[in-house]
Amino acid sequence: MTLPRLKKEDMCFPNLDNSGDWGIKGYKQRGGYQGLKEILQMPVAERIEKLKASGLRGRGGAGFPTGMKWSFMPKPEVSNKPHYLVCNADEGEPGTCKDRDILRYDPHTLVEGMIVGCHTLGAKVGYIYVRGEYYDESSRLVAAIEEARKEGLLGKNICGLGIEVEVHVHLGAGAYICGEETALLESLEGKKGQPRLKPPFPAGFGLYGCPTTINNVETIAQVPPILKNKLEWFTRWGRPGNSGTKIFSVSGSVNKPGNFEAPMSIPLRELIDEYAGGVIGGWENLQAVIPGGSSTPMLNAEQAGRVLMDFDALKAEGTGLGTAAVVVMNKQVDLLRVMVRIAEFYKHESCGQCTPCREGVGWVYRLMERLCRGEGTLEEVDQLYALTKKIEGRTICAFADGAMWPVQGTLKHFRGLIEERVRKNVA
Amino acid sequence: MPTIRINASVSSGQTPRALGLGLQWSKKAAASVKEILGRYPVERSRSAVIPLLWLAQREFGGWLSVDAMQLVADTLELPYIRVYEVASFYTMFNLKPVGKFHVQVCTNCSCMIRGSDAIVAAVKDVTGIEASGENSADGMFTFTEVECLGACVAAPMMQVTLADGPLHYYTHLDAGKVREILGHLKKGGEAATFADTSPAKHDPICGGYGG
Ligand code: FES
Repeated sequence: MTLPRLKKEDMCFPNLDNSGDWGIKGYKQRGGYQGLKEILQMPVAERIEKLKASGLRGRGGAGFPTGMKWSFMPKPEVSNKPHYLVCNADEGEPGTCKDRDILRYDPHTLVEGMIVGCHTLGAKVGYIYVRGEYYDESSRLVAAIEEARKEGLLGKNICGLGIEVEVHVHLGAGAYICGEETALLESLEGKKGQPRLKPPFPAGFGLYGCPTTINNVETIAQVPPILKNKLEWFTRWGRPGNSGTKIFSVSGSVNKPGNFEAPMSIPLRELIDEYAGGVIGGWENLQAVIPGGSSTPMLNAEQAGRVLMDFDALKAEGTGLGTAAVVVMNKQVDLLRVMVRIAEFYKHESCGQCTPCREGVGWVYRLMERLCRGEGTLEEVDQLYALTKKIEGRTICAFADGAMWPVQGTLKHFRGLIEERVRKNVA
Repeated sequence: MPTIRINASVSSGQTPRALGLGLQWSKKAAASVKEILGRYPVERSRSAVIPLLWLAQREFGGWLSVDAMQLVADTLELPYIRVYEVASFYTMFNLKPVGKFHVQVCTNCSCMIRGSDAIVAAVKDVTGIEASGENSADGMFTFTEVECLGACVAAPMMQVTLADGPLHYYTHLDAGKVREILGHLKKGGEAATFADTSPAKHDPICGGYGG
């Protein structure tokens, strides 16, 4: 039995398919900015309670409950410092491309989310940190901000309520690590993007040492519809603790790759077959699936046939929902080559701050590359695994973990492929 | 604040020619500088390092000479090294001269699966460039292999940055399409013609819009 397809009125991003106008006119026709004034008049505590009850979890990869994150911010009267909301639009996890389509096809969803978010968190200024490559997308986002300002939805007197919020777009310049929230803050302060030690956490000491909340584009944009609608509008989708709708980016060996907003906890097979046109060559031709961006360990075909796409189900399979970027590999794909390429990516993107990562990620790449060429010994395959275990969990941020998991995933499911190449070479 | 001017011959990727250019912001760029600085708290102008490096790269031919970085440092009253360390950390800042068109092909997972090998081969063939990071003999093109550009569902894809202008994504590529696009650019065609996203008129680097 397949889940019902979302109707436009069930979606947080009804224009994700680019069927309508991305500007403010189109957005308003789709119901955007309607009810904004009412939300802004709702008591802040009530908004946060509703977010908590909605079960919304961060859409940027870590899946932290958004309502709880927002509740960590001190009261402006207490902190006596400016507050900031920073939107993380530094989308760079290989396989992930959902935020790009939000920015270019429905940018006002984010603008409205920033208005609501800034006001809820006591921030007068919000920054949207967009990866430097998203130039045309930023152009549209800036245009959307201008449109909103012209209509009195940004500025010093929003909706005539005397509320002040200003939003700025800050372009990055090509560094995957800036997707890590504290590296992003460093970058926004004009420094190299190197993650900070936590604690202190950004809610207490973030941008410029002030209370700051950092959220992904999709998370922020989902807040207004959640607050505007009845709670069940959101919670009726997905399993408990994993509720709502979610954008899935399905790429690789499928007939119709794309970004799709679908209910959480949708079976992976249904997502691939019904939304993405099926595996090229049919389901039997499936080799492996990366379920949530390059950092998440892959699933083999058998797992892919039964797993549900949500935080808890994927965790139970030893992997994660991550950014919900599904990369499908059929049997024609040289899987080891793809995984070596991913290892090379991490080698390139390590910020160089912690030794286990700076030295280790490159080492793992070189060893893996050599083994996958068939050069080396079977003992070295064990060494590769041992190495990943010595790097994981020993660094300031989660980058090194994310670099090691795909290698571990490859060894778990496809160790045989590597051994076969090594043996062939020895013989 | 005094700034340190380093010797260009020991700075990696720089040419001695790069010194002593006496660069200044154009009138238009100076207006952008002012606007960019307005986005951050007054005492936090260092936040403008990346935006001003973008502006400088755009102003001075698509790459950052020592002089261009020095200009950014002077504008923000920062030591040169604070600007250089940022410029060298981020891959989109070019510390060597680049061609008029910087062609960057994604070869990460989704693009590789969808055939980025053929895209790389076609780019090399059209431009005559042999390895990633090099410029074509006529100075028209630079080719670089890059990491995931976030257009994976439209793979394979590439991005082309104009030395003095915007950058665009070109998606759903094959070798023939690459030839067509690069040929079009070479002839001086409008870069946005084949772009995946038609840009709005707002320039996120130079600003020029209110606020
Ligand atoms: S893998 Fe090429 S754009 Fe993401």
